[in-house]
Amino acid sequence: MVYFIVRRMLALLPVLLLVAVFAFLVLRMVPGDPAAIIAGETATTEQVAEIRQRLGLDQPLAKQFVIWLGHVIKGDFGESYFFKLPVMDLIRQRIEPTLALGACALMISIVIAVPLGVLAAFRQGSRIDDMVMGLSVLGFSVPGFVLGYALMYVFAIELDWLPVQGYTRIADGLGPFFARIILPASALAVVYIALIARITRTSVLEVLNEDYIRTARAKGLTEVEVLVRHALRNAAVPILTIIGIGIGLLIGGAVVTESVFAIPGLGRLTVEAVLSRDFPVIQALIVLFSVAYVMVNLLVDIGYAFLDPRIRY
Amino acid sequence: MKTPDLIKHSLAALGTALALAAPAVQGQTIKVVMHSDLKVFDPTVSTAYIVRNHGYMVFDQLVARDEKGVVKPQMADKWETSKDGLVWTFTLRDGQEWHDGTPVTAEDCIASIKRFNQRDATGLRAAPFIKTYEVVNAKTFRIVLNEPYGLLLDSLSKPSLAPLFMMPKKVAETPAAEPIKPEQVIGSGPFIFKRDEWRPGEKVVYVKNTKYKPRAEPPSGLAGGKVAYVDRVEWIAISDGQTALAALTNGEIDMVEILANDLVPLAAKNKSLVVEPTWKQTYFLRPNWVNPPFDNPKIRQAAMIALNQEQILKGMVGDARNYKVCYSTYACNSPFYTDAGMGAMVRGDAKRAAALLKEAGYDGTPILLPHTTDLPVLNNLGPLAKQQLERAGFKVELAPSDWQSLTMRLRKKEKPSEGGWSAYMSSLDLNDAQNPIDRGSFNTNCKTSFLGWPCDDKMEQMRDAFARTSDPAARKGLAREMQERNAEIVTVIPLGEYSAVSARSIKLEPTFKQPLTLFYGVKKK
Repeated sequence: MVYFIVRRMLALLPVLLLVAVFAFLVLRMVPGDPAAIIAGETATTEQVAEIRQRLGLDQPLAKQFVIWLGHVIKGDFGESYFFKLPVMDLIRQRIEPTLALGACALMISIVIAVPLGVLAAFRQGSRIDDMVMGLSVLGFSVPGFVLGYALMYVFAIELDWLPVQGYTRIADGLGPFFARIILPASALAVVYIALIARITRTSVLEVLNEDYIRTARAKGLTEVEVLVRHALRNAAVPILTIIGIGIGLLIGGAVVTESVFAIPGLGRLTVEAVLSRDFPVIQALIVLFSVAYVMVNLLVDIGYAFLDPRIRY
Repeated sequence: MKTPDLIKHSLAALGTALALAAPAVQGQTIKVVMHSDLKVFDPTVSTAYIVRNHGYMVFDQLVARDEKGVVKPQMADKWETSKDGLVWTFTLRDGQEWHDGTPVTAEDCIASIKRFNQRDATGLRAAPFIKTYEVVNAKTFRIVLNEPYGLLLDSLSKPSLAPLFMMPKKVAETPAAEPIKPEQVIGSGPFIFKRDEWRPGEKVVYVKNTKYKPRAEPPSGLAGGKVAYVDRVEWIAISDGQTALAALTNGEIDMVEILANDLVPLAAKNKSLVVEPTWKQTYFLRPNWVNPPFDNPKIRQAAMIALNQEQILKGMVGDARNYKVCYSTYACNSPFYTDAGMGAMVRGDAKRAAALLKEAGYDGTPILLPHTTDLPVLNNLGPLAKQQLERAGFKVELAPSDWQSLTMRLRKKEKPSEGGWSAYMSSLDLNDAQNPIDRGSFNTNCKTSFLGWPCDDKMEQMRDAFARTSDPAARKGLAREMQERNAEIVTVIPLGEYSAVSARSIKLEPTFKQPLTLFYGVKKK
């Protein structure tokens, strides 16, 4: 296992290098000049050129890349062109809201989706099954921002139970934290619930037709024991896979959800950085998201071994 | 208790508990969603309006314009001019301090003016007239001119698009092309920027400068006593207009600086809000003189005749209370307002425009009109103009993109087929359309004119004459002549004035008519 983890970590390095090259080149190819944005509409060409020079954007691309990569290897992602702050400081400030939003959405999703999926499989063809599948289709179909506005309208404006927007850090109290995170996390979780519930239903259905389930029932185990000890555990591998793959959905969803609920997280930072062509910030975020994605999937792979003793690395 | 009741009561209890757990709202704090997030902190380098507004929070001006456009002393206690108009002596008010506790000195002011004159178009025009700066004592300095310059005070009091703010010498010595860093934001204005509480993309915090000594006069325009009635102002970054209005409705914030037009009726129904026109701007079209077909003045004129200001305003703004047809390149409230030369212009006369196109030999070269799709206040300008220009016989191609990509394209002088452009449309604060020098579109200096790159000696001679004279009648005459000249050569096509609409809690009470969103002179009940 240790060898497997080390091997996977080493494999991360070429992936990151490719991501870095890709992020750097793609950003330089899209139209948009941070110097022109800083200078404004009325600046002369010379004034814009002067700012470009100060930002180092007048250097040849290869030189810019080598300088940037050299800094990245030392853990320095440079300074934001606009905020004039180290990129890592910006990311450090913004990472908690996104992690909190993602973790809460994930928790809500698993807590709701897995039982729903199991129930739908167990009662296949019943009204419960139809309802779960219907809600699942709805969850896929309703865009996150529409759901966000709807939740905001009902729980914040009409009922006045929760705040509309913003984020309170965990260190400032769990009550305010949950008050602000619950609506966005719910809005973000819906598509994930739909996805996990469907996969859970399919996986459990497949397992329920296996011989060992019949054997378990023949041994006189209760239906709950059959479901939890035998069916769900054997169906867990595809569920875990979809949770891992779905992290990409969460990252994408966080961009929209953070904008709707004005959460100062990495999703909004990404949008802002892209719109203002803040290259150092975008490059760092792309690398960060890639690392996160690879690491989550590594954890998922490790999880397989725990869930299924037949899997060995 | 029935199950639905149980759920309802449990949720209500949870809501109450969460509300009680929330931090108490501080008194005398204004929380506001501005039109944009603050990213650059240097109002000399950036012409973004949000940076200007930030400037008025923390910095102060040496001299400032009142609501009638008259220049008044601000940080200066007084100024004197020599008989020949060559020596201007400024004396600073007593007891002024920078936010770091050091006194404001004449040296600081000179450094600030020097930096501004290296950077700003108005300053660049003034710079060649200035022979030297002299420090008389800690509170007094002189500006010595080579020859009389009628616009010196106008330049020093520039109100918008990079106003001239005074900064400590150590900050003002930052190279003019390099924006100052957040930790360098040290002003002498009514509010102090809280660097330690600034969370990029979340909030910008200002606290009252308790050592600020406001002038005794009542506030007027950007001049007069700047009294901060509240202890703290927080600019909250909410990029989504709907969410911002919901937060205002819910009492989480006190003001939304600019409402999207489609949200105005919704906000107006709420009796706890004051919804009113506020930030006055003007739409315009800027032709590109470098590329065909707008390298031909007659074709530019035809576009000016073809466009219909009223229809554009109706299409863009809708509510007639929030727009004003203004057949002038100057703001209708400016001292230089005139409709000279605009008799047949921007009234949508397609027939006349078509005849002029024929006379000009228009060969059907398409007009490439970059148009933004991510700024609600500008999004429809492109399609509206296309429709009107095509009615007159122009061929128009829209190039939709986000605003930042558009600004990049505007920097290119190449042909449209190689990434260039033919004309673009945007809006301008009326504070920047007060006179022919502030109105940067009239800059037709072949070397320093910006986007569109107009080049016209006659206009430049008039601008030069305007800058040299201080005689109000002569200036008015020149402003009129320049507008007439613009009708011939067309550097800019004015497309009417409108007011952005703001919404604020009834708890906020501005004590004077603000020319832009300011937070001194605002009380909170």
